[in-house]
Amino acid sequence: MFWTKKDLLGLEYLTPEEIELILDTVESFKEVSTREIKKVPALRGKTTVNLFYEPSTRTRVSFEVAAKRLSADVINIATETSSVKKGETLIDTGKNIQALKADIIIMRHNCSGAANMLARALDISVVNAGDGWHEHPTQALLDIFTLKEKLGKIKGLNVAIVGDIAHSRVARSNIWGLTKLGASVTLCAPEMLLPVEIEKTGVKITSNIEEALRNADAVNVLRMQFERDEGAAFPQQLDYYKKFGITEERLAKAKKDIVVMHPGPINRGIEMSSEVADGSNSVILEQVTNGIAVRMAVLFLVSQAREAKQ
Amino acid sequence: MSILIKNGRVIDPADKIDGVLDIFIQENKISKVAKNINVSADTIIDASNKIVAPGIVDMHVHLREPGREDKETVASATAAAAKGGVTTVLAMPNTQPAMDCPKHVELLQAIISKNAKINVQICGTITAGRLGQELSDIAALKKTGVCAISDDGCSVDNDILMLGALEKASQVGLLTICHSEDKKLSGKGVINLGFNSTRLGLRGISNESEYARVKRDVDLAQKTNASVHIAHVSCCESVEIIAKAKKKGVKVTCETAPHYFSLTQDELLEYDTNMKMNPPLRSRKDLAAIKQGLRDGIIDVIASDHAPHTENEKDIEFERAEFGVVGLETELSVSITELLNEALLDWPGLIQKLCLNPARILGLDVGKLTPGIWADVMIISDQQVWVPKKQDLISKSKNSPFFGRSLKGLVDYTICNGRIVYKR
Repeated sequence: MFWTKKDLLGLEYLTPEEIELILDTVESFKEVSTREIKKVPALRGKTTVNLFYEPSTRTRVSFEVAAKRLSADVINIATETSSVKKGETLIDTGKNIQALKADIIIMRHNCSGAANMLARALDISVVNAGDGWHEHPTQALLDIFTLKEKLGKIKGLNVAIVGDIAHSRVARSNIWGLTKLGASVTLCAPEMLLPVEIEKTGVKITSNIEEALRNADAVNVLRMQFERDEGAAFPQQLDYYKKFGITEERLAKAKKDIVVMHPGPINRGIEMSSEVADGSNSVILEQVTNGIAVRMAVLFLVSQAREAKQ
Repeated sequence: MSILIKNGRVIDPADKIDGVLDIFIQENKISKVAKNINVSADTIIDASNKIVAPGIVDMHVHLREPGREDKETVASATAAAAKGGVTTVLAMPNTQPAMDCPKHVELLQAIISKNAKINVQICGTITAGRLGQELSDIAALKKTGVCAISDDGCSVDNDILMLGALEKASQVGLLTICHSEDKKLSGKGVINLGFNSTRLGLRGISNESEYARVKRDVDLAQKTNASVHIAHVSCCESVEIIAKAKKKGVKVTCETAPHYFSLTQDELLEYDTNMKMNPPLRSRKDLAAIKQGLRDGIIDVIASDHAPHTENEKDIEFERAEFGVVGLETELSVSITELLNEALLDWPGLIQKLCLNPARILGLDVGKLTPGIWADVMIISDQQVWVPKKQDLISKSKNSPFFGRSLKGLVDYTICNGRIVYKR
């Protein structure tokens, strides 16, 4: 099997086999970061462009490190949303980058579907680094890769996802990826933070954190974005921590080896206690490390797809 | 100038005509509808194997002039209308300036008399500037010649103000057209609320935001005994509410648009902004209810809600793109394709929804082929299959949701006021 898609827009659009292919490719790239000279020539002579319409440090840096370890030339464009309104349209910006003969655009955008739109308009590859509430495929891939590394498999696992599901692209991508690979997913959130009809993806739902953790092999804790302006439809911080926060007491009642994940940045004392974040079940920093290999694999595969087509 | 249309299947529900007949048009008026008319005429059209019907009366059209001539003009919209078999449109008042006073209406009337290729009627606003704060001078608007009032694009949120509007409109004999939407409920939504809004990560618009306001508007109509017309009905609950009100004798009529009986929310999975309109494309259940409502006579009218927008306003991020689609050039074909083929409506039934009912609701002496009235006629090749493409549209804007779809039925001739305004 080989990779055929020029873009990576979301895990909803991938088959289980395509997800497995990415995960297998990650294995081979993971070793690169352990070498003394952390570089392979896979993307030598290629240019990747980080086009970020939303502030991001960790994802952008991770993509930059990944591209550089593949020997690509990396350009960073940081665009504020406000200047988009005044000036160039997204498609015009994309076409200009294409005209510069860049090979891959890595885009973060605050509008859902922006990556789909850009990918349709361009011949070069688009990798979605998060679009609105829609998808954040490389985050979910690194979550899944980390889980698989820890527990040896995905099929049959019970995975709890806790927090603001409604506004989370990380949650959506994880739901698609995990269910496609045969995991059983339970969402745990205040009712106001669950999007309508999400159960149609095949997930279970509970608003009781103890219940969500009871049989979980892993828990993925989402960032609560209190800075988000969604009016009254948001719980109070302390109230949230009391009802949904991941604490040592709660983990004590869960499986002993439960894997605790978080896409970062963490709000300590809101989504989880500091003890849990730094504790033995936490794989949060391993996620960050794996993120590089995942993004190397994705950049490599989409660049290969393009070459196969030509 | 005289025109003789020979051997077409003439359909005219007003006069209960459905048969192979000739039509003779003389001095711009229908002179005679009969078998084998043998007279000499300046133009003779052989309509064998074609449908001959009154021109369409589209009671929901955004001309965009004055103010947004980059989207559409009276000239371009009426040319597009003629191509679609439409001979009368009702121009919605959300122009810049809005049609909220005689001065603005007269401004548009002057443009119409210069540039319109078909009949254009004007809808005035309910409130000044469509702001929902104070009523327009409804009596003065009536005197200037508007044939209905509406704040289309917005609902009048204030119940007391809306009640006053209905009373006043009723008093002066004007129809009130309701854009029934509670924006407190639809909020910043961009597509139908449901699994698709969840998977796409977009804010949803609930059915309730429409039907709760339909309910209010119908209740106010009952209270005031005024005539109201509910625009662009899209969901099943609205159909039910209107059905009940009609049974009780409330003077309510309603329309739907072709996209609500041909497309569902599943068209949105690729974030196609040509599928973005308000109200949004709904579920399959809603679509079925709209079709049933058309069949049962609950829904009186098919109107396009022709809403042109430039590419700059559509070829952008989905959430930021304008709401609305063009429809003048496809409404007949979509109706034939979706409604006749499934035996929901027969030809007279369809012509009633497109021509006669809107004319009656607006109190216009059009939408029929009765001898003595101005000759508005369309001649249709009803079996002709075509696939709309962007370059085919003559509307200034190209935001159609029907590109690439196989449609049935094309207009060969459109005659308006006895003159051929379109010929294929």
